[in-house]
Amino acid sequence: MADFEVPELKEELEIPPVHQGVTSHLKPFVADAQFQEPLGYPGELVENWQEVAINKMGELLGKYRSLRVFLDICVKCGACTDKCHYYLGTTDGNNMPVARQDLMRRVYRRYFTLGGKYFPKLVGAVDLTKEVLDQWYSYYHQCSQCRRCSVFCPYGIDTAEISMAAREILDSVGVGQKYCNEIIGKVIKIGNNLGLPQPALADTLEGLEEEVKMDTGVDVRFPLDEKGAEVLLVTPSADFFAEPHVDGLIGYAKVFHQAGISWTLSSYASEAANFGMFIGSYENMRRLALRIREAALDLGVKRIVFGECGHAWRVAYAFLNTLAGPFDFLDPKYPVPQHICEVTYDLIKRGALKLDPSANDHRRVTFHDSCNVARATRMGDFPGGQFVIPREILRSVCNHFYDMPPEAAYDATFCCGGGGGLLTDDLIELRVKGALPRMQALKHVVEEYGVTHLVAICAICKSQFTKVMPYYGFEMDQILSLHQLVGDALVFEAQA
Amino acid sequence: MSALTVVYALLFYFAAAVLVLGVAYRVWLYARTPAPLKIPVTPAPLTPAGVVVRMAKEVVFFASLFRGNKWTWLFGWVFHFALLLVLLRHLRYFQEPVWTWVALIQPFGKYAAYAMVAGLIGLWARRFLVDRVRYISAPSDHLMLALLLAIALSGLAMKYFFHTDIVALKAFILGLLRFDLQPLPADGMLLVHLTLVALLMIIFPFSKLLHAPGLFFAPTRNQVDNPREKRHLAPWAAQLEAGGRQASTSS
Repeated sequence: MADFEVPELKEELEIPPVHQGVTSHLKPFVADAQFQEPLGYPGELVENWQEVAINKMGELLGKYRSLRVFLDICVKCGACTDKCHYYLGTTDGNNMPVARQDLMRRVYRRYFTLGGKYFPKLVGAVDLTKEVLDQWYSYYHQCSQCRRCSVFCPYGIDTAEISMAAREILDSVGVGQKYCNEIIGKVIKIGNNLGLPQPALADTLEGLEEEVKMDTGVDVRFPLDEKGAEVLLVTPSADFFAEPHVDGLIGYAKVFHQAGISWTLSSYASEAANFGMFIGSYENMRRLALRIREAALDLGVKRIVFGECGHAWRVAYAFLNTLAGPFDFLDPKYPVPQHICEVTYDLIKRGALKLDPSANDHRRVTFHDSCNVARATRMGDFPGGQFVIPREILRSVCNHFYDMPPEAAYDATFCCGGGGGLLTDDLIELRVKGALPRMQALKHVVEEYGVTHLVAICAICKSQFTKVMPYYGFEMDQILSLHQLVGDALVFEAQA
Repeated sequence: MSALTVVYALLFYFAAAVLVLGVAYRVWLYARTPAPLKIPVTPAPLTPAGVVVRMAKEVVFFASLFRGNKWTWLFGWVFHFALLLVLLRHLRYFQEPVWTWVALIQPFGKYAAYAMVAGLIGLWARRFLVDRVRYISAPSDHLMLALLLAIALSGLAMKYFFHTDIVALKAFILGLLRFDLQPLPADGMLLVHLTLVALLMIIFPFSKLLHAPGLFFAPTRNQVDNPREKRHLAPWAAQLEAGGRQASTSS
């Protein structure tokens, strides 16, 4: 099945001994000029790349306190060394968070600190050579920016901040990653990651209306570009066609339908995911975020709601107000933006949804806390709402819910293995190996409680699990969207 | 006045200046650099008071390290708090009369020196014994532990084997503070101890010891979790925004 060794699921997760360079061969395809230039980056490695890179690093050090502080203060205590799913799955030493940071920290020391200038060997400082640049390209694309390391760091050092800066520097010298940059270009040109133009989108949504009508007999609508709707739904474009994502979209539509909330999608802002974050580019992230503002203004909506997507929710929850605010033209009664889970949870609490959890009795489910939802966002008005609200929804719509072990859930959750702009087939070995800790926890609840399905609220997680679960002996359809369960549990009059 | 006294007096003035100015510069740099995005690691506090509590848990109990690795936490916490006690114990050399609480902690400070040595040995042992920690250790990481251990051991050696004239030493230190130089006892172990301490002070602002002031500046821990309620905008981002608006109105 694979031309690499798939890690074995044991009784429990083991911390492997360090190996040197075993995944140094893993690197995603490099972006051509056609994908680099629309984003404002050179099309190929520039001649004076070393100078450009160091200047860029200096610029970023002045713009991001996180980068400046994190490069200075690590004491190499080692608390993060066994926390990264890519280390646990690949055993490559450079996948230990501190070692990954050190790839940049060594260069920072050489060019920006006294110790590194005069005593490079002593403090482990190195010149930025082509070899080092190649190492950056490889290992900064083996970080899914999931923030698990930062939870255990005594100083909160977040490797994601370093890998974002590294990718920004790589882009600025002309060595960008094809997967991310091509996708960002599609959003800028067309409006979504898939490059689905308005007519195709309208067609797809029409098809969904027919499908739901056939299944339930109810006229659930999937409106597109409808001015004057109350809610603008911004959802990952995978929700329009991929499995199991689309069942989640059907779930949102059913919720809105039963609650009597008018809503619309926008063909201009038909993408929730913002890959600008993955490449650490404030400017590109802002360009994409502004589309959502423009769509909301154009359609005259009162609320913005985001569908199930982890990194999208991070950019939406934590950055949207900064990048594209202020949103004073929206209804101040609701937070901007809202997560679809917040909407559904509020409706459930108010008794506005008619639910029959026994509709999901054939499923025994567990919940995967998506990394960026868990460690970079919140839902509701209390800390930790991002854990409580999806679980409360699950318990309302399904009678058999079992949590994964706490060391692999909540803020200690493991990334699916495909986050942070790595969900591309050229990195399949990394994705499979990086899924090991999550698969290990899944195995536990499968054996302990007879769990049949893994439920997620992130488009990347859903695609990643669909792809990698078979490598570990699970079925690809054992991953479900949370709102699929909600949709299945909703009782409509037409059925009665 | 002996040449030795003058040399050590100059050394300590120099070391103190480097330490204070160096750390102040670094702190100024951290404070001046904006954090353009809200990046607290969640769940995070919703109020500034909550952030103070979160920080206090990290600074006093090393809460995250406790979750991360129990051995490192044990050795690290023991070392840091023993070091704190030892430093407080040394306050008696800097004041006349000695504050009551400084007098009261003297006996504890003595045991703290042992705890400090034990913590340092534990931390150093991990650099050799745990393959992951060995992999990430640079020569400077070993030397820093060696330096701290040598300071602790030379201090202990003076306490038990190579006594020095404490009264004269105190006069020397008070003299430094009052810019009125007094003779420094010429005892080998004391000179070793003082030289190493001065070295540590000089290295501080150029090394990973910056974690002490730096940890207060980590946006992942010191930010309030309120991005939807309050718009957060860095000065350079505001400039970018203004530039963008101008460009769009002119087009």
